[in-house]
Amino acid sequence: MMATTPPDIDAHRPWPKLLTRATVPMPRPGLPRRAEPIATGTEWTLGTLEKFDRAIAAHAGRLGLDTYPVQYELITASQMLDLCSTVGMPIHYPHWSFGKQLLSQEHGYRKGMTGLAYEIVINTNPAIAYLMETNTLALQVLVMAHAGYGHNAFFKTNYLFRQFTQADAILDYLQFARSFIQDCEMQYGWREVESVLDCCHALATYGVDRYRRPARLSVKRERARLNERLKFTEKHYNADFAHLHMHERDEPEPEAVSAFEPQENLLYFIEKSAPRLQPWQRELVRIVRKVSQYFYPQRLTKVANEGAATFWHYTLLNELYDAGEVDDGFMLEWIGNHGDVVAQPPFDARGYHGLNPYALGFSIFRDIRRICDVPTDEDRQWFPGLAGSPWQDAIQFAMTNFKDDSLIEQYLSPKVIRDMRLFMMHDGEDDRAHYNVRAIHNESGYMTVRQGLAAQYRSEAYIPTIVVARSGDDAERALLLQHRVESGRMLDAKSTETVLGYVKQLWKFDVVLEEIDADGTRLKIHRT
Amino acid sequence: MTHGGATAGDAPGPATAGLVRIVDRRADPPGRGAVNRERFIRRFKDDIKRAADEEFGKRSIKDVGRGGRISIPGRGLAEPRLTHDDESGSRDFVLPGNRDYVPGDNIVRPRGGEDDGADGDAAGTGEGTDSFAFALSREEFLALFFDDLELPNLERTRFGEMSMERMRRGGYSREGLPANLLPGMTVRMGIARRIALRGALAERIEELEQECAGAENAARAELLEQIEALRRRREHLPYLEDVDRRYRSRVPTAAPATRAVMLCLMDVSGSMDERKKDLGKRFFALLYLFLERKYGHVDVIFVRHTETAEEVDEQRFFHDPQTGGTLVQPALALAYQIIQARFAGPDWNVYVAQASDGDCTGEDGRQSAAFLAQQLLPLVRYFAYIDIPSSGGWFSRASDLWQSYDAVEGRAFARRTVRDRSDIWPVFRELFARKQAA
Repeated sequence: MMATTPPDIDAHRPWPKLLTRATVPMPRPGLPRRAEPIATGTEWTLGTLEKFDRAIAAHAGRLGLDTYPVQYELITASQMLDLCSTVGMPIHYPHWSFGKQLLSQEHGYRKGMTGLAYEIVINTNPAIAYLMETNTLALQVLVMAHAGYGHNAFFKTNYLFRQFTQADAILDYLQFARSFIQDCEMQYGWREVESVLDCCHALATYGVDRYRRPARLSVKRERARLNERLKFTEKHYNADFAHLHMHERDEPEPEAVSAFEPQENLLYFIEKSAPRLQPWQRELVRIVRKVSQYFYPQRLTKVANEGAATFWHYTLLNELYDAGEVDDGFMLEWIGNHGDVVAQPPFDARGYHGLNPYALGFSIFRDIRRICDVPTDEDRQWFPGLAGSPWQDAIQFAMTNFKDDSLIEQYLSPKVIRDMRLFMMHDGEDDRAHYNVRAIHNESGYMTVRQGLAAQYRSEAYIPTIVVARSGDDAERALLLQHRVESGRMLDAKSTETVLGYVKQLWKFDVVLEEIDADGTRLKIHRT
Repeated sequence: MTHGGATAGDAPGPATAGLVRIVDRRADPPGRGAVNRERFIRRFKDDIKRAADEEFGKRSIKDVGRGGRISIPGRGLAEPRLTHDDESGSRDFVLPGNRDYVPGDNIVRPRGGEDDGADGDAAGTGEGTDSFAFALSREEFLALFFDDLELPNLERTRFGEMSMERMRRGGYSREGLPANLLPGMTVRMGIARRIALRGALAERIEELEQECAGAENAARAELLEQIEALRRRREHLPYLEDVDRRYRSRVPTAAPATRAVMLCLMDVSGSMDERKKDLGKRFFALLYLFLERKYGHVDVIFVRHTETAEEVDEQRFFHDPQTGGTLVQPALALAYQIIQARFAGPDWNVYVAQASDGDCTGEDGRQSAAFLAQQLLPLVRYFAYIDIPSSGGWFSRASDLWQSYDAVEGRAFARRTVRDRSDIWPVFRELFARKQAA
């Protein structure tokens, strides 16, 4: 409709004169528009989806988005439920916890209490994005832009994903894991397998190398290694002398106490050094560890990843609109969904479940663009390098080089703090009956709030730091774990007891966990 | 076929820019989730079974076989992780949506429950003490329901096939009632006949014409006459003849009777306690499931009796307490009346299941046995009697009714004693396996 309007005075004010600002989305004035949208209404066909994908790809290319090729898979609602239950992977080894997830989601979905995830995208090459058949046209295109381009670009560019995950090997590896675990179940019984997996799952967050780039996953090598190892160890396995055989194939290092370096990859340590684990049990530990490692970057980049994807679907769909490729009804529909996704209820609302990573990330990325396009004096002061620079480059840089905490520390602007009305509270030992407000969204509080929020997203803030301090240096073969207590935060006694029970099941001898402060003074000791 | 999750490694086909790959996986077999689902049920079998048993008590017989909502206690479901103790140390946290707090304000710390100040990751790691609700499918529910009974592998062959004569369409016939005439078919046959005859006549005419060409005058005239006659005949072939008529044909075929009714007879006198009623209910439910499998739809009639018999709804049948003596014969008589009035005829499969603790007077027993043998049995496909003796005494003597039923003979009659839930399935199998042998 706008395409035929000749440029006149109203080109600068495309909305009716009575309104001072747009209340419904309006295309940017002065752009060439298509005469007809690509499609209208809510119905879609594979053909229309392909056309939309081409249109999105064109805009994404123009804006400099670097992505893996995408493969879309059209699935039903129940297939989506299946996917959600196995953390979004199309292949996974079987475990009851996935069943629990499935049952509760299915129940919620049937009762209408929860909707289904709109988008699941798998970090592989090519990226796989799932489109649910029940979605309307607008939602499909939203998902395509969000998952197929937003997440996809993030996976391809972000340093953590580049460093830590091998996009092209994970599905093969999971396939391998599944068949291995099924074989184990046949051979050793499902109870045995399940109990080992339960133990490993409880420790999955302690199964990652945080700084070292993990070895490439390769199913071929994995199989070869496995065969060799299983053959060797099974031939020689003897429960009583198992620990003596442990290091035969590794370089024979004398396990001197003084030479023991603290290790933070607990599962790796257990896999390599647990004295009485059967070879296949070590393999299970390894599988859980590898899978956990794959998801490690995702844990660290919730805000950045979702923020970037949301920013990109918002940008790309608006581009489609500006080019006249979609109509107003389309815009109104997806903006409704978008609004739900980025809603942030206030802390005292009933629906508050913590900060919404979509909302926070989207605000940050939107604000980066705003600072580039129309900087204020405040922005020039806070972001001198950013204000007025080309926004594509700035967004690209932010997507490439940061994880959650660093992104917030670098980019959380006073405007976002004000808009979200962020404030910081303190919970201290001096006054357990109250929270104390430390900083709010004002001139003196911006920096404190920003740093406080960044700290909150560091993994140490929500996952206690545990290291293996010593093992097997006495007749008891006990395993000594240490928790470095920071600002007096001790471990929750109940969950610690349960988890130590799991560690003991793997280690098979006593496990001791001591909590030490920065000076190395022991504060508390947990024993199994 | 769009199969194989194998996507790894290779770049997509030809590296054309903008080439989209949309794979339709909607037709893929479902059930990846089923493995995990089954594992979950296996792990929490005891809890789920308890819940399913409770659910069973609440359900009507017709609903027993349906899937449904189950709720189990949340203990044991939590997947523990190491967490910080929020009662120790100090921490700062950022929240959205400030209203009117300024630095220095103190806010009363919320107690108990989920600490809403914690970051989102704290949620869901705690011990889940709430109950966990989910839905079971029909198969899963049945598997649990029959768990003590070893899940029956329901087979059609367990029941002899009852067949009845039905007239079915069976092609066309040359004879029939005028009402069954098929005009279209008849005309078509006429056309075919005319085409065939015309061809045959034309051949004959041609032959004669050839003969004619080389014949003498006298013979020639005769031939020409013949040709002329044939030509006329060919011109005036009748439009319809008797042989063209076609009728719809109906042939008698044996078809299984499709409608089934199940009469549940139960003694509800004072001596039938809850345990016995539950056993009875399980037996009835099992029978219902079998019949439903076979017939699709089964009517269920409940007849309870003390000294008198009455037809009641299911709720009152199982749950309305009654006291009084026991007379069996009136119940059988009422069943007889009901069958005669509503379910008579060859296309009804009538099944009667009677559950009782077997208390009755000798006179009533004799009468019942006689009535059953002479009047009721000829009407029904099957009459199953289960005897549920009191669990008390250590010696068991056959009950009065059981002894009376010694007199009843017949293919359609079977009886068994059930003492415990685990007896029900074997008894059931035995009852119906006998049919197969017969």
